[in-house]
Amino acid sequence: MADASDSDHEHEHLAVPSDLALRVKALESLLVEKGLVDQAALDVLIDTYEHKVGPRNGARVVARAWVDREFKKRLLADASAALEELGYSGAQGEHMLVVENTPRIHNLVVCTLCSCYPWPVLGLPPVWYKSAPYRSRAVIDPRGVLREFGTELTEDVEVRVWDSTAELRYLVLPERPAGSENMNEEELSALVTRDAMVGVRKVTIDKAGGR
Amino acid sequence: MNGVHDMGGMHGFGPVEYERDEPVFHEPWEGRVYALTRAMGAWRKWNIDASRHSRELIPPAEYLRMSYYEKWHAGLIRLLIEHGLVTQAELDSGKPAGGSRKATPALSIEQAAAFTARSSFSRDVPATPRFAAGQRVRARNLHPTGHIRLPRYARGKLGTVDRDHGVFVFPDTNAHFQGENPQRLYSVRFAARELWGEQASPRDTVYIDMWNDYLEPA
Repeated sequence: MADASDSDHEHEHLAVPSDLALRVKALESLLVEKGLVDQAALDVLIDTYEHKVGPRNGARVVARAWVDREFKKRLLADASAALEELGYSGAQGEHMLVVENTPRIHNLVVCTLCSCYPWPVLGLPPVWYKSAPYRSRAVIDPRGVLREFGTELTEDVEVRVWDSTAELRYLVLPERPAGSENMNEEELSALVTRDAMVGVRKVTIDKAGGR
Repeated sequence: MNGVHDMGGMHGFGPVEYERDEPVFHEPWEGRVYALTRAMGAWRKWNIDASRHSRELIPPAEYLRMSYYEKWHAGLIRLLIEHGLVTQAELDSGKPAGGSRKATPALSIEQAAAFTARSSFSRDVPATPRFAAGQRVRARNLHPTGHIRLPRYARGKLGTVDRDHGVFVFPDTNAHFQGENPQRLYSVRFAARELWGEQASPRDTVYIDMWNDYLEPA
């Protein structure tokens, strides 16, 4: 895994409006003028995914499952219904499945064909999840991909890769980290990262280095 | 279609590039493309499968060059023209064609705000399960030129049914407006070695969601 912030990648974004930015602006103006879209509705959608729906939702789900055995049972048996209890439903989360990591099983989620991702609990996917390197390698070399994220697994652990080819959306329930026994639900939820719920990292007490 | 979007198992793309504290949208136009795609989808001229297929139809070299939301932009333009919501002339001039009546947006502010509103892709129609959990199945060796959600790397491979998800809309027909053709959807478990040979770990597995029409008894 390469850290894009260290590369020239960032400087590709130019200060002057790109051709694409202009074309998108022109398209939006045309659609507004034709009465096909309402600009305020677009603003609401963008604000929703920039500020309201994101991995904090999923983190609350995980923390609840760690402290509430009955909720965890329901979550693993019928994730869509259990998530709705917490108010997390909506587009790209209509049919949810939660898969549990254990000392013997490590789950990893990918969409090799496009970018399927559980929006209501994780928000919109990061670029790396949608990128060719991740989509191509997660199924053929999951351990190599995990290693790039700093996740080393021994050979006795089964890696289960979930390729999201249908409308089922997958969320990984990570293992509760050692040393978190005295933490409350809120403190626990602060430990849970997006990457852990996709399955590329584990949850640790020391969050440094993970997202 | 055997497109470049079907990337599972390909080599040569390099390491995963990770960005710390990544924003949801890197530039404002990305958010606009995302929102425009959803707002235009509310016209229900197409469906989610047709929408995915519109991006698969981007020529391979372009597909690999384009950023994610650039692909969404290209897919949206294709759908808008194909379904008569805008004309090429209107896109070129940036102005509505003379004499065209102004529509009322399909997606209202209230609907946009109700982000918990769910659409469902399962269908409450009878479809007798053909396979049960634990049963061995083979993924069919299908290569249609149209939309398909059976990854190339799994075609012809032997797996085991893990669970029955119920009855779902079939993307292969739905993407081409040939009906929803609802059918059983199964989670099928493949041994990594069945897919990738001896180089794979003997323990590892890949789970793929597969519709009835993708499977045959083994």
